[in-house]
Amino acid sequence: MFGYYLDLALRSLKRNRVLTALMVLTLALGIGASITTLTLLRLLSGDPLPQKSSRLFYAQVDPNSLSGYVAGQTKPDSLMGYVDAMNLLHAGRGTHRAALALTQAKIVPEHSTEHPYFSDGVITTTDFFPMFEVPFRYGNGWTAEDDTNRAALVVISDFLNDKLYGGANSVGKMLRINNHDFRIVGVLQHWAPQPRFYTQELGGRSYGDGEALFMPLSTARALNMDPQDIECYASVGNINKLEEAPCEWLGFWVQLDSAKAVADYREFLANYAKEQMALGRFKRSETALLDLMGWLRDREVVPDDVRLQTYLAFGFLLICVVNTVGLLLAKCLRRSREIGVRRALGATRRTVFAQFMVEASIVGLAGGLFGLLFAELGLWGVRHQPAEYASLARLDLTMFGSTFAVALAASLIAGLLPAWRACVLAPAPQLKAA
Amino acid sequence: MQIRPILATLRKHRIPAILIVLEIALACAVLCNAVFMISRRVASISLPNAIDEKELISVSMHGADPTRAAADIPRNLAALQGIAGVQAAGVISSLPLSTDNWGWSFGTQPDSVLEDRSSDQNTNVSLYMMAQGTERVLGLRLRQGRFFNADEYPGSLIGSGALPSTHVTVITESLAKKLWPGQSPLGKTIYSKPAYFTVVGVVADVLRPRLFGSDGLRSYHSSFFPMGPDQALANYVLRCPPAERERILREAVQKMQALNPSAVINGNTYEAIRNRYFADTSSMAWMLVLVCAVMLAVTAVGIVGLSSFWVTQRRAQIGIRRALGATRGDILRYFQLENFLLVGIGILLGMLLAYGINLFLMAHYELPRLPMLYLPAGALALWLIGQGAVLGPAQRAAAVPPVVATRAA
Repeated sequence: MFGYYLDLALRSLKRNRVLTALMVLTLALGIGASITTLTLLRLLSGDPLPQKSSRLFYAQVDPNSLSGYVAGQTKPDSLMGYVDAMNLLHAGRGTHRAALALTQAKIVPEHSTEHPYFSDGVITTTDFFPMFEVPFRYGNGWTAEDDTNRAALVVISDFLNDKLYGGANSVGKMLRINNHDFRIVGVLQHWAPQPRFYTQELGGRSYGDGEALFMPLSTARALNMDPQDIECYASVGNINKLEEAPCEWLGFWVQLDSAKAVADYREFLANYAKEQMALGRFKRSETALLDLMGWLRDREVVPDDVRLQTYLAFGFLLICVVNTVGLLLAKCLRRSREIGVRRALGATRRTVFAQFMVEASIVGLAGGLFGLLFAELGLWGVRHQPAEYASLARLDLTMFGSTFAVALAASLIAGLLPAWRACVLAPAPQLKAA
Repeated sequence: MQIRPILATLRKHRIPAILIVLEIALACAVLCNAVFMISRRVASISLPNAIDEKELISVSMHGADPTRAAADIPRNLAALQGIAGVQAAGVISSLPLSTDNWGWSFGTQPDSVLEDRSSDQNTNVSLYMMAQGTERVLGLRLRQGRFFNADEYPGSLIGSGALPSTHVTVITESLAKKLWPGQSPLGKTIYSKPAYFTVVGVVADVLRPRLFGSDGLRSYHSSFFPMGPDQALANYVLRCPPAERERILREAVQKMQALNPSAVINGNTYEAIRNRYFADTSSMAWMLVLVCAVMLAVTAVGIVGLSSFWVTQRRAQIGIRRALGATRGDILRYFQLENFLLVGIGILLGMLLAYGINLFLMAHYELPRLPMLYLPAGALALWLIGQGAVLGPAQRAAAVPPVVATRAA
């Protein structure tokens, strides 16, 4: 029976090619637009470390004065000062913990004919690598001792290694950064989790390439390498002595492997704030401990524009579906006589309904196919936009599948009304008119 | 033309009529909001900026030895001035729209401190520190008071502090209005204990290194300070004829690289800096324009489809009306009026929907209320599209000969 409906549907679609083409095109445009924006939204709100994100936590405390403070309603600052970060680091709780900031590192090429250039760098502590499961191609990270000794060591990314050493094993080589020599101890495999969760609020981008190099926080600060973002909560005497200034410029991450560890750490943080209040360093008791995805949501990392685009695309799809309903209806009512004949020859309402739904779903599948084309075109357009997430915009298998699901759903919804109209037509008047 | 027969017909053909109304309503709702988003973006892209943007080149220098700033800055300036075609050279800490923001909060009371975070006490201001003569290179337009005197530059340094060690400042008109509404700002002082700065001049509005949404007012909270040779002065600016910008830019970058081999040098025309700042915004605006155009086309196609189907279905009735004496004009106007009515109902529903969506977006995103002007403008656009789309089918209807009446049924 299905084969017969298919045959009927194809015949009917062929009979009025312009109308059919318009329906398919309308549906395809709506689907193309919505799949493009959905793909983007899914990529941008994705989980950067799916196997681990639930065990990684971002800690916050609040050293601000009482001005503008409402107890229980004020959120703690997103960055942490040096003293607090070091206190938490040395308290030693959690499986791993790391403080980090971003910096601009000036790389001086070996050949004097080349000009120096800036690269993004992370200044952090030893646990950064095991905590975020950073994959190494050669060598490895530095030790806690290196942190204490302010060792001039550096870990470089795959792309910097390609650029400087043509991809060869460069562990042990010396690299000149900010007019000081650093020994390379590790080279990473390609590593750039998206969104760039650990750079949030530190003055980095939310999406895009990873950093070119990683070095011990203590070493970088001893050489006066400045963090990208500094927020001060009181007047500063000497901005170069950031370790003592009333300024926040570090992010603090901790890995907690069980629900109990999380609860313990929360209590530890709250106690820490109380202790600091007793010491007179803090005026506020607020603390926060958000897991990785919670932190990204809290920072509203997905750009508003992308959400608005998604709403717009679905509004557009709705318009396309209503238009398809109109066109299908026009097509179906024009065939009242044909339906009359079929009904008179014994076709039930149900079979007429099924026939029209098959026709609608063919339009839907064709719309999906062209919609896929439009989506690829749309994503190609996004990749050529200046946005920092542009290079990520690619269709994956899930979205490929959902294109057809959306197309089929849209066309079946669009087909409901015309199919219902067709099957409730009384056969007699239609036959008389013929 | 009578409306009652049209209404009677519409009542008999409810589904196509409802579909047209629905199409128009949806198009209206989405269109109004999309156009509103476009207009807000265009507004921020076209924010005026009172410097001579077309004549400016910027060459930034970072990563140089800070202890040599006193010697390097005059030498670099002299070298840049020596390039053929350069009319004037200066150096400033940052440029409008360069994203490199040096911000600080000031109050208007002598005991104002940085800790006063609430906005009614303190105003966040962007700082531009500049060497002597840079105001002429940028083309700052003085509105009141004076620029800095020659003796105010050399002693003003930033060193390891966060604010320049001067006590004079020049601010923008918008900032003056915000700080002292209705009063003359000259001689008034801004404070952030222990620092204080007295306003000696007011310039036309210059944008900050970073904007605050499309909030025109806050985006102009800029202030200028004199500065001696200090490492904070990192952006060399050159004034030159627009036609020679590219050549001069190349020469200036080469010269700076040769003079400062260990520093990182970047050269851009000011227009490139501005375009890069707004690149995202303008590509989003173009995308919205494209979506609107396609949406209108889809809606028009839908109306054409439904109307022509409708005309075909009513050939017999049209024939009878013609036979009873209706002219071609009558038939044409009948369909046009019918479309006008349907689109009108659609617009009514659509506007309600548009303001509903707007309220939703206002609650979740930083969007202001949809201006009332969108009501007549959107209505007019949709009525025009409706009339354009119905013209073809209506003409076909008018061409139905009266003789059809005798043939059918």
